[in-house]
Order: sequence, then C-alpha cells, then structure tokens
Amino acid sequence: MWEYTDELKDHFFNPRNVGEVENPDGVGEVGSLACGDALKLTFKLDENGRIKDAQFKTFGCASAIATSSVLTELIKGKTLEEAAKVTNKDIADYLGGLPEQKMHCSVMGREALEAAIENYRSGGKKKHELEGRVVCNCFGVTENEIERVIKENNLTTVEEVTNYCKAGGGCGGCQGEIEKIIEKIKGDKIQELTAAATRRTGKLTNIQKIHLIQQTINEQIRPALRAHGGNIELIDVEGDKVIVAFRGMCAQCMLAEYTMKDVVEAKLREFVSEDLFVEEDKESASQPHEHRE
Amino acid sequence: MKTVYFDNNATTKVADEVLEEMKPLFCELYGNPSSMHTFGGQLGRKIRRAREKAAELLGCEPVEIIFTSGGTESDNAAIKGSLASAPDKHKVITTRVEHPAVLAACRDLENHGYTVIELSVDREGRLDLAELEEKLDDDTALVTIMYANNETGVIFPIDKIAEMVTGRGVVFHTDAVQAVGKIPLNLAKSSIDLLSLSGHKLHGPKGVGILYVRKGTRLAPFMVGGHQEAGRRAGTENVPGIVGLGKACELAAQNLEEENDKVKSLRDKLENTLLKMCPGSRLNGDRENRLPNTSNISFEYIEGEAILLMLDKFGICASSGSACTSGSLEPSHVLRAMGVPFTSAHGSIRFSLSRYNTEAEVDYTIEKMPPIIQKLRELSPFVTK
Repeated sequence: MWEYTDELKDHFFNPRNVGEVENPDGVGEVGSLACGDALKLTFKLDENGRIKDAQFKTFGCASAIATSSVLTELIKGKTLEEAAKVTNKDIADYLGGLPEQKMHCSVMGREALEAAIENYRSGGKKKHELEGRVVCNCFGVTENEIERVIKENNLTTVEEVTNYCKAGGGCGGCQGEIEKIIEKIKGDKIQELTAAATRRTGKLTNIQKIHLIQQTINEQIRPALRAHGGNIELIDVEGDKVIVAFRGMCAQCMLAEYTMKDVVEAKLREFVSEDLFVEEDKESASQPHEHRE
Repeated sequence: MKTVYFDNNATTKVADEVLEEMKPLFCELYGNPSSMHTFGGQLGRKIRRAREKAAELLGCEPVEIIFTSGGTESDNAAIKGSLASAPDKHKVITTRVEHPAVLAACRDLENHGYTVIELSVDREGRLDLAELEEKLDDDTALVTIMYANNETGVIFPIDKIAEMVTGRGVVFHTDAVQAVGKIPLNLAKSSIDLLSLSGHKLHGPKGVGILYVRKGTRLAPFMVGGHQEAGRRAGTENVPGIVGLGKACELAAQNLEEENDKVKSLRDKLENTLLKMCPGSRLNGDRENRLPNTSNISFEYIEGEAILLMLDKFGICASSGSACTSGSLEPSHVLRAMGVPFTSAHGSIRFSLSRYNTEAEVDYTIEKMPPIIQKLRELSPFVTK
C-alpha cells in the first residue's frame, strides 16, 4: 500500500479539470500505454495571453491522476512564461509530497506542460518529440531528460533517477550510462573512475579474471537480459577476448549486436578490465535455442 | 465500513475453529515437543494428529509430510534439496508463470552452473505438453511446475505432467499453494514426488506450510540442526502453527465440495456480471480449467492501482497485476507471458473469493465497480467515445 497524502487522495478521488478544452491553443501528449501512464493536456488562452482554461486526461495510477489535476490548477491564470517555470517539484510539493517511486508522475506533468507550450508556440503544428539521444530504450527517456531531473532534484543515485523518470527501470541495461551522467553532473571526472578500475584489476591472475568475468555476468548482465526473456552464457576466455553466447529471446533479438557492445562489453570493462572485448560464439549461435516463444 | 475481502489468493482469514485449537498452545501448553517431560512431550501427539489430517486431505501417508515455515520454504527446500541429491544432472525445467518463490530460486541456479528452461504458455495461460516432453532429457534433474496459477487461477494438468516427467526418471515438484483446499487432490493416485503448500492460503495461520515428499524420493535437507521432522527439517516445531494447519486441512477436506459449488457460483456471478456491465473488459486465463475462486479481469485503457484505490474506498479488497502495484515498472510477468497486450495488462484486477464471502458482497461489488470503471475511462486519453 502506498503512503499517499490526503491532498493527493483528494485530487485522485475528485480530480479537477478533467476533459479536453474545445479548440485548444496548446496540446501536450506524453507517455504511452506500454509505459503504464500517459497524459494529454489541453489549454486555452484569454485575450491577455493568460491560461483561461486547462484540462487533462490521464491513463495511470492514483498519483498520475492527482498530479495531472494539480498541474491544471497550478497553471490556470498564469501567462505561458509564468507557467513554464512550474517544476515537477512544485507539483509534488502542492500535494504534500509523493512517494519516491512515484516522482516520475510529477515529471510527466511538467513534460506535458512543456509539450503543450511548445505546441502552442509552433502554431499547433509541433507535436512533442524526444530531444537528444535516447538512453533508456524501454521507456524512451533521453539524455537531456535524465540530466534535467538530476539537476532539478539533486539526484545522486541511479535508483532515484528511475523513480523520477523511469529510466533504467525496465531491462536495466542503461544503468551504467545513467551512472555516468550522474557522475558527469557531479563534476567528478570519469577518467578517475576508469583509472581506479584499471588499478583494481591490474594484478588479476587468469583464474581470478575468469572468475570475475563470470561473476559480472551473473550479477550485472544476466539480470538485465532476463528482464527481456533472454539469457547469456560464458563460453570461453582467450586473453582479453571474452566469448559468449546469447540464449532465449536475445538469440533472436534485432538489438543483440547493440546489447553485446553496449551492455555486455561495457559491463565487463567497467567491472573487470578496460582491455576486454567481447565476441559472440558462432558455433552455438546456429544451434536451436531454448525459451522460444 | 464493512470490509469485503476478495483477495484470498494473497491470504485468508484464519477459521474460528483453527484459532480455537491454537489458543491454548501459547500460554498454557507452551512446551517443546522434544522434551522428555510430559508437559512438553504431550505436544508430540498433537503434531501427529495434525500430520494425519494433512495426509488425509492430500491422500498420502503421514510420514510423507514435512512441516515447514510456509510455501516459499517448501519451494526452496524442494528445488535445492532435490538438486543436491542429483549432483550429476544440471538441467531444471519450469514455466514462465511460476510464483516468484520458484522462479527466483530457479533463476538463481543459473549462477551455479545449471541450465534452466522456462516453458512458455499460450494466450489462455496453458502449457504445451509436447514442448515439455521435447525438453526432458537425461541431464534433467528436476521439473517444477505450479498446480494452479496464483494470478489467473489457471490449473495445469499436473497428474498428466507428473506421469510424463517421472516416467522419464526425473523428479517432479509442484507448487500447489493455490490449489490445496480449493480443488480435490489425491496424491495416492498421482506421480507427484514433491508438493508445496502454505497454511495461510487455506484459512490456517501464516508462517507454517508443508512439503510433501513421496516415499523413496531423495531429498537433501534444506535446514540442518536438530532431529525434528525425522531429521528432514531442523528447528523447534511451530506447534501452534502446525496444529492450526492440521485443523485447517481437516476443515478443507470437509468443506471442499459443497463450498466450492457455492464459491464458484459467487465467482461466476461476479465475473459474468462485470464482464457484461463494464466496457473494454476481458477475462484473463483459460475459462474452463480454472480455480473455482479466482477471476482475473482486464479493463482496457485504465490502470489497476487507480481501480484498487477506488474499490478500497468502498472497503472492497482485490489485487492487480499493474506495474504500479508490483513495485516495479513492468506489469505482471504472468500476463506478459500470456501475451496480454499492454492496453489491458496494466488494468488487470484479480478477485479471489473464499467460503466466507456472501452473495450480498458480490452484489455490492457489482453495484460499485461499473461506475469506477466508467469514471476512470472518462479520465483516460485512450478511450474515444
């Protein structure tokens, strides 16, 4: 059971401004069915350029509905310049706080608002588009968005980033990258980390190295692939070459090559040694696979 | 406000008769059954009675019953114990829709050199037995497949599966936590080697369960220590729990048939009416082969947690497979394995009834539910009129 404040329950059970404004000046649509929440915000301006009416429609949990309701209340009567200053924190504060794992609902509200303003400024033509490079493929979260929630909310861990914008909460394959973004913003030099990693693993014996590779696969890589019905097996290690085979869904996955470099190799370099590179075992790839759907 | 409890697959009310039997065992008869004195030693008889009642419900011999701390321990003990007894074999077969107690235990085995095969299910949640037969080989140490699914209530043809698996000389375990007490089971006529059950799912107390081990099945003990349970499960017996579970088994055996007719008709009334009255609703799981108490309904384009909270306002307790209620960002692994689309996986609600539910409660829910669905659909950007 979530710990929801009375304010949140009030906005959930009695949501304000439900619906769609007729002939809206701005429309913002964010989220999707797959993600589990989505919000459509519409607003109309008066002759002085203030938001006369704002309405929402939301698919999602109680906090998604309550934050949408609050968003419409917060922006009514404001000029677009004033409204643009509303942050996800303002939305959460209005409700007397949100459970950590629900912070992404307040971020969705702020995103919908931005999308609607952008839509208005482009004369109703522009729809919300992802800006910048996509880091989290599961939930379609970009680097810009991740940087922004980190800065605005002083986030320091990957778990917090997941709570605020969902990134890293699906297969987990991008968690290493999110960590790097956090580090970058903290101002720490990534080089130092890499140096530390090399130092740590500088004196590995072959047996220690193989053991560490297996451990990294078990703890860091397999759980991520598992989330998508896939799997991985360590076949052999020759010097710095690590030979692995994909199993299950991964074996048929179009993104397998991407996964190999961006997940498997990245993790092994992070946890074992910078010099490692990964190859897929060709022989076992032609064998019939388990876990076929 | 009155509570309408439709979440009996999560846990059940302890039957009054069960509590009565347990009461004296806390402050009056609190001895240790292993003691030499009569005060403690007399409790051994109570445990023996409980074991007999459990054996009667399952159709097995009392010596085949090991009391544990619950379903999760029974599952872990069965899986790890049987593998420890077959060190030369390295393959385990299970399904994608198991309870986490089994699924997580199996996935952990992959880190210890085992190959784990997870059988898939079709859209109705059914297994393909031909696929199982094909995967069985000489390297297979264990097959573990649930009796009935906790989320959808779908019942697998376990007797048939057990025969196929044990016929190949492979050990067969079933997590029957949701099945025992809800449908008749007869282990004497089945080839099941290992079976897990949990006390609190059949109106017994929490913290006690059973692992059935067929005579002759090799199983390394999971807990070592004292000589309790004939050395197969160490630790001072949970006497009140065991006695309570024994009573719960006795009641379940008595009430099984009659009450299941009643529970099933209540479930059917609730289910059929909701499916008829709520737009965008669909049933999840094989309608025919299903527990009589469980109904899993998806409501398209709306989200489960929101539905649950609105039901909660009326005192109605149910559960959901939505991402928001699972503590993760992904919806139920069972519904995803069945290929239920995201449009309805996030909006799934499970009602699970028991013999303590009444027709008035069903009517009350039928009255409250459609306006909730209507309200949330009006909020949803995906519903077009």
